[in-house]
Amino acid sequence: MSEPRVERPGLYYPKLPTTWWLRNTNYFLFMLRELSSVFIMVFLVLFLVELYRLSQGPKAYGAYLETLRAPGWIVFHVVALAFALYHSVTWFKLSGVVQVVRVGERQVPPSLVTAASFALWAVVSIVLLWFMVRG
Amino acid sequence: MSDATITLEVTRYRPGHDREPHPQSFEVPFQKDWVVLDALNHIKDRIDGTLSYRWSCRMGVCGSCGMMVNGVPKLTCAAFLRDYRPGPIRVEPLANFPVIRDLVIALDDFMEKLRRVKPWIIRAEEKPVSEGEYRQTPAQLETYKQFSMCINCMLCYAACPVYGLAPAFVGPAAIALAYRYNLDSRDEGYRLREPVMSDAVGVWECTFVGECSVVCPKGVDPAAAIQRSKLAGATDWLLSMVMPWGGRR
Amino acid sequence: MATRKTSEPFWWLLFAAGGMVAALLVPVHLLVNGLAVPLGWTSISHARMLALAGHPLVKLYLFVLIALPLYHWAHRFRFVLEDLGLHGWRTPIAILCYGGAVAGTVATLWVLWGI
Repeated sequence: MSEPRVERPGLYYPKLPTTWWLRNTNYFLFMLRELSSVFIMVFLVLFLVELYRLSQGPKAYGAYLETLRAPGWIVFHVVALAFALYHSVTWFKLSGVVQVVRVGERQVPPSLVTAASFALWAVVSIVLLWFMVRG
Repeated sequence: MSDATITLEVTRYRPGHDREPHPQSFEVPFQKDWVVLDALNHIKDRIDGTLSYRWSCRMGVCGSCGMMVNGVPKLTCAAFLRDYRPGPIRVEPLANFPVIRDLVIALDDFMEKLRRVKPWIIRAEEKPVSEGEYRQTPAQLETYKQFSMCINCMLCYAACPVYGLAPAFVGPAAIALAYRYNLDSRDEGYRLREPVMSDAVGVWECTFVGECSVVCPKGVDPAAAIQRSKLAGATDWLLSMVMPWGGRR
Repeated sequence: MATRKTSEPFWWLLFAAGGMVAALLVPVHLLVNGLAVPLGWTSISHARMLALAGHPLVKLYLFVLIALPLYHWAHRFRFVLEDLGLHGWRTPIAILCYGGAVAGTVATLWVLWGI
């Protein structure tokens, strides 16, 4: 928690406007990165509803898939996919910097850690894709 | 010397006189080897001697000439006029800090935070000088070297929206320096710095905007230092949960 | 300066785990469950989906897939609101965000229990 700071007379205290994130590209991309979590959360809630409808029988499940066919939900999922991909890319890039991996005394370069994460992501995605769409 | 000129829009603020800062335009000669600091010196020497700003070494070492140049935190001794042609160039005091006068900001808050993280080598027990120095291998030096390049110029604080919104935040440079000493093989002060680092206004306040590392003129990566400190703090916390009898380092 | 005990490491660990799960697993599920199946590019019959989701290991997987990223959302959204200048509301914001994630976790358990 931040206590209000004691302001000394004579000094000018600048106030950061709430629109600070529109001031430069990096700030704006940061905001997109953080907001990607909202789209991911909404998708997972929709997916949870799908699982709930699944437990209610074929009719309810079919009706729910019909709902998801609505143009509005398709647009949402396309946008959410873009945000989810942005999350994955930024996450692997940043976690490569955060997670220091050492081999012996040497630090593995963050770019190599990131590359390994991308490779893992690709393998996991392909395995899941195969698991879900086969037969 | 050519006849070309460039305009600087410099922020003026006279305490007790102005309610808030306002820009004032100055036309200065354009020289291709001039930096913004040269232009400010020209203004002070030739146009308006009342202009106040800090500077010293003019070679990117002392860290005292940091200002906002066109809205970006810069060392003005390293910001060439030629990169801002045709101008005008906006020169403002470092963002997020209280302004004392014109381009001079108050340093007290940063200085206090710097002291708080104890950025020096702490030993459980100092050994006498007669026993020689604390030795270190090149590999041990390499682990913290980039974080030791900080010149306390405070550009990272000016780039940090979290500090702008919540000035109690310990901030990028102070945490990066704490991290630098924590990484130092000769240091034994981790426990002493931890209360400041793991405080609610310490590392946990950071949202990893990452701009601190972008603007650093010395290639320090404070954002990485903060996230790694979070990881270390969280690991510590987890160990203390599963092994309450002493899993902490 | 007095320091306060904080629960931040706990929430941060859940955030980090959730962010990793979201980065690795969510895009492919968005593609398949959010687009491919509704658009008919592929179909997963009710019987097959039920058989899959009924398997204990798949249930565990679904729990991790859904519950952990909720904490990732809660953490990030909480700080977005603070970064947008709502610092005075820190405590209610934190309670709402993390509370929402906990509620989502309970809901996930309940749904998976019923399959």
